[in-house]
Amino acid sequence: MMGSENQSSEVSEPTEQMHNLVLHDEHDNDNNDHNGDDPLGIKSYSNYRSAMSTLSDTHHPLADTDPLLSPPSPRRHHFPDTSSYIDPPSYNDAVFTPFNGAASSVDSPSGSSDSPSFSGSRSPTSEYIKITVSNPIKEQENSNSIVPSGNSYVTYLITTRTNVPEFGGNEFGVRRRFRDVVTLSDRLAESYRGFFIPPRPDKSIVESQVMQKQEFVEQRRVALEKYLRRLAAHPDVASRMLDGAARLPKQLMGESVIGPQEVVQPAKGGRDFMRLFKELKQSMANDWGGSKPPVVEEDKEFLEKKERIQELEQQITNASTQAESLVKAQQDMGETMGELGLAFIKLTKFENEEAVMNTQRVRATDMKGLATAAVKASRFYRELNAQTVKHLDTLHEYLGLMLAVHGAFSDRSSALLTVQTLLSELSTLQSRAEKLEVASSRVFGGDKSRMRKLEELQDTIKVTEDAKNVAIREYERIKENNKSELERLDRERRTDFLNMLKGYVVSQVGYAEKIANVWTKVVEDTGGYVKEST
Amino acid sequence: MKMSTAPYDLEQQQQHQRSGVAASSQSPRSPSSSTPFLSVSVTDPVKLGNGVQAYISYRVITKTNFPEYQGPEKIVIRRYSDFVWLRDRLFEKYKGIFIPPLPEKSAVEKFRFSAEFIEMRRQALDLFVNRIASHHELQQSEDLRMFLQAEEETMERLRAQETGIFKKPSDLMQIFKDVQSKVSDVVLGKEKPVEESDPDYEKLKHYIFELENHLAEAQKHAYRLVKRHRELGQSLSDFGKAVKLLGASEGNSLGKAFSELGIKSEILSTKLQKEAHQILMNFEEPLKDYVRAVQSIKATIAERANSFRKQCQLAETVKLKEIDLERQRLHRSEKLAEAEREYHELKTESEQATKTFESIVRLMNEEIGRFQEQKTLDMGIAFHEFAKGQARLANDIAGAWRSLLPKLEACSAA
Repeated sequence: MMGSENQSSEVSEPTEQMHNLVLHDEHDNDNNDHNGDDPLGIKSYSNYRSAMSTLSDTHHPLADTDPLLSPPSPRRHHFPDTSSYIDPPSYNDAVFTPFNGAASSVDSPSGSSDSPSFSGSRSPTSEYIKITVSNPIKEQENSNSIVPSGNSYVTYLITTRTNVPEFGGNEFGVRRRFRDVVTLSDRLAESYRGFFIPPRPDKSIVESQVMQKQEFVEQRRVALEKYLRRLAAHPDVASRMLDGAARLPKQLMGESVIGPQEVVQPAKGGRDFMRLFKELKQSMANDWGGSKPPVVEEDKEFLEKKERIQELEQQITNASTQAESLVKAQQDMGETMGELGLAFIKLTKFENEEAVMNTQRVRATDMKGLATAAVKASRFYRELNAQTVKHLDTLHEYLGLMLAVHGAFSDRSSALLTVQTLLSELSTLQSRAEKLEVASSRVFGGDKSRMRKLEELQDTIKVTEDAKNVAIREYERIKENNKSELERLDRERRTDFLNMLKGYVVSQVGYAEKIANVWTKVVEDTGGYVKEST
Repeated sequence: MKMSTAPYDLEQQQQHQRSGVAASSQSPRSPSSSTPFLSVSVTDPVKLGNGVQAYISYRVITKTNFPEYQGPEKIVIRRYSDFVWLRDRLFEKYKGIFIPPLPEKSAVEKFRFSAEFIEMRRQALDLFVNRIASHHELQQSEDLRMFLQAEEETMERLRAQETGIFKKPSDLMQIFKDVQSKVSDVVLGKEKPVEESDPDYEKLKHYIFELENHLAEAQKHAYRLVKRHRELGQSLSDFGKAVKLLGASEGNSLGKAFSELGIKSEILSTKLQKEAHQILMNFEEPLKDYVRAVQSIKATIAERANSFRKQCQLAETVKLKEIDLERQRLHRSEKLAEAEREYHELKTESEQATKTFESIVRLMNEEIGRFQEQKTLDMGIAFHEFAKGQARLANDIAGAWRSLLPKLEACSAA
C-alpha cells in the first residue's frame, strides 16, 4: 500500500480526472467518433460500407479474362526432366520496351500489374477472390455554388470476381476514390487489432495538377490493386469483409455498453485526452517508476518471436535493397547488349553497301551473325529481368507486411498499457474508498457527505472494474490474434519465399539456356577462323 | 597471299612468333637456320622512376637469323616513347604503307599504372612490333633494327633527335582537315584545290572515314559491355551476401535454401568478373585496334594527298622553268648555264616526286587488299572468342542455378 501522505494530495486530482473520464465517455458515445478525421460518423460509415461492399452496386462484369488473374498458374511447375525450363514464354508478363529500328520486337506490354507470386499460391481450396483496379476517371466534386469549386478527384473501377459464397455473387464492380480506401483501411485497423493487416498505399499530398498526371494516377492504380489483393489474400479479412461491414458500425454507434467499450480502442488517435494522459503517466511509471507495473508482458515465446521478427525485418530490408540493384544491373546489361547489336547492324549495312572486295562481304556476314545474337540476347535479358522483378518483389511485399506486424505489436502494447492504467486506477480508487469508509465509520451516526462520496466512488469503481475486465479481454484477444498471425506469417512466408526462390531460379535457368543457344550459333558460324593449335 | 595473323591470344601469339615469317616466302612452320626469320616479343612491364616522372619499361626480346642483326637472341629495354619513335620513323620512310597502330598515349593519370591498363598496353605494343616484323617491307627497316638492337643510351639519343622532325599530332590534324575540306573550298570559291580525281580512290577515302565512325561506336558499346559485366557481377555478389544473411535469420530448410542461393550467386559473380576481363582483352581491344588501324590509314591518306600536291606543284614549277629556260636561250642570257642547272635539278626533283607518289599509290593498293583480308580474319577471331565467352558464361549460369533446383524441391517437400 502506498504511503498516505503522498496519497492525500493526489486524491482529489484523480477523482476529478475519473469524473472527466466517465463524463467524456458518455459524450463520446453519442458522437460515435473515434478517429477524429470524420466529423459525420454517418458519412464515414456509409463510405466505409460502400468501400467494403461489393453487393448492392451492379456493374458490368469483366469483358475479357485477364490472363494474369487466372488461378495460380503453375509457372513453378516446370521441373527437371526436360532441358528447357521456360516456355510458355511468359512474354505476356514481360514488360518489354521495344527499341528503335532494328530487329523484330514483340511488343507486349502488360496491361494490369502482375500479381506478386504469393497471393495466388496459398489458397488451399478452390475459393478465390480476384480483384482488379482499372479505368481511372476524373470526376468533379458536386458543388452547388455558382463558382466552380475546382475540386476534382479520380475514381477507380474496382472489379471483383469471386466464388466465395458470402459475397453473394460472381462478379461486380464499383467506383471508389482513394479517400474511400483510406477509410476502409482505418476501419480495418480498428476492428482487426492484433492482426497483420497489410498497409494501405500512401496518401500523397499533391496538388490537383499532379493528380491528373497519367503517371501518378497509374502508379496509384497499381498500388490500390496490390493493396486490395493483399487484403483479399488475408484469410480473416477476406472472409469477414462483409460481416465486418454489417456489424462494426453498429458497435461504433454505441448500441451496447457505455464506458467500457471505449477501451476497445487505443487511446492514441482519439479525442480522449484524459485517457491519453493517464496512459502516458502509466507508461512513464512503467519506464521510470521504481515499482513493477501490475501486469507485464510475460509471454517469453512472444518476446523471442518479436526479436526474431525484428532481425528478420533487417535482413529482408537488406536483401530487398540488393535485389533492386541486381535488377538495375540486369537491365543495364540488356540495354548495352542491345546497343552493341545495333552498332554492328549499322556496320553490317555499311560494309555491304560499300563493299569493293569479297572479304568485306564475308566480314559483313560475320557481323550480322554477331549483331543478331546480341539483339536476341538483349531481348532475353530484358524479359528475364521482368521475371526477376516479379519474383523478387516478394521481398518488397514482406517489407510492407512488416509495417503491419509493427502495427499489430503496438496494438498489443497499447492494449497492455490500457490494462495497466486501469489496474492502477482501480487500486487507487479502491484505497481511496477504503479510507473514506474508515473515516466515515468514525463519525457517529454516519457522515452524509462522506457517504455520498463513497457511493459515487463505488459507482466509479464498478465502472472502472467493468472497463478493466473489457480491457483485459481485449488484451487477451489481441494476444491471441498476434499469436495466430505470427504462425500464419511464418507459414506463409516460408511458402512465399520458397516460391520466390524457385521462380527466380527457374527463370534464370530458362533464359540462360536461351542466351547460351544464341551465342553457340555464332561460335559455330565463326569456327573457321580459329586455327587448330598444334 | 599468306596472311600474317595478328592473334590476340597470347598463346597463339607466341606460336606465331615461333613460326616467324620469311622475308619473301611462305612462313615456315618451324624455324631452321637456313630460312630467315625475325621473331619479337614485348614482355615484362616494370615501373621505373618516381612520382610524375614514373614510367613503364618493357623487355623486348628478338630472336632472328637475319644477317644484319646481332643474333640469335637479343634483349633490350624499351619504353613507350621508343615505340613512338619507331612508328614515326617508319611513317616517314615508308610512305604508302599502313604503319601498324600504336596504343594511345595514356589518358587518366590514376589509370596509367593499373594492372589492366599495363597489360592492355603491353599486348598492343607486342602486336605493333610483331606486325612490323612480319611485314615484308617494313621488316627490312634500319630503324627497326636500331629499335630492336641498340643499347639504351643510343636509343635515348635517337629519341631526342627526333623531336624536331617529328610530325606533331596537330600537324596530322591539319592534314586531315585539308583532305576533308576540299568541298568547302570549292563552295567558297577558293582556287580549285589540287586533288586526285580517281573515283575509286574517292570511294576508298569515303569508306575509311565512315568506317572509323562506325567502328568507334561499336567499340564504345563493347567497352560499356565490359563495365556492365562487372556491375552485374558486383550486384550479384552483394545480393548473394544479403540472401545468405537472410537465410541465417530464417533458419531451418528455408534458411538453407537461401544460403545455397547466396553461395551460387557469389560463384557466378566471380565468373562474371572473369568474363568481363575476357571481353576486354579479346573483343574490345581488337575493336580498338581496328579503330587505330583505320586512323593509321587516314594518316597515309593524308600523306598521299601531300605527295600528290607536291608532285603537282613541282610539275607546275618545272613547266614554268622550261618556259623561262626557252626565253633565256632566245636571249642568250649569261644566266643560261645556271638556269639549265636549276632546271635539271627541278626536273629530277619533279621526277622523284612523281615516283614517290606513284609508289604510294601502288603500295596503298596492295596494302588495302591485305588490310581488308587481315581485318576479316581479326574480326572473325574476335567474334568467335566473344561468342565463346558469352556461351560459356550463360551455360555456367544455367548450370549453377539448375543444380539448386533439386534442393529447393526438397525444401518444399519438407
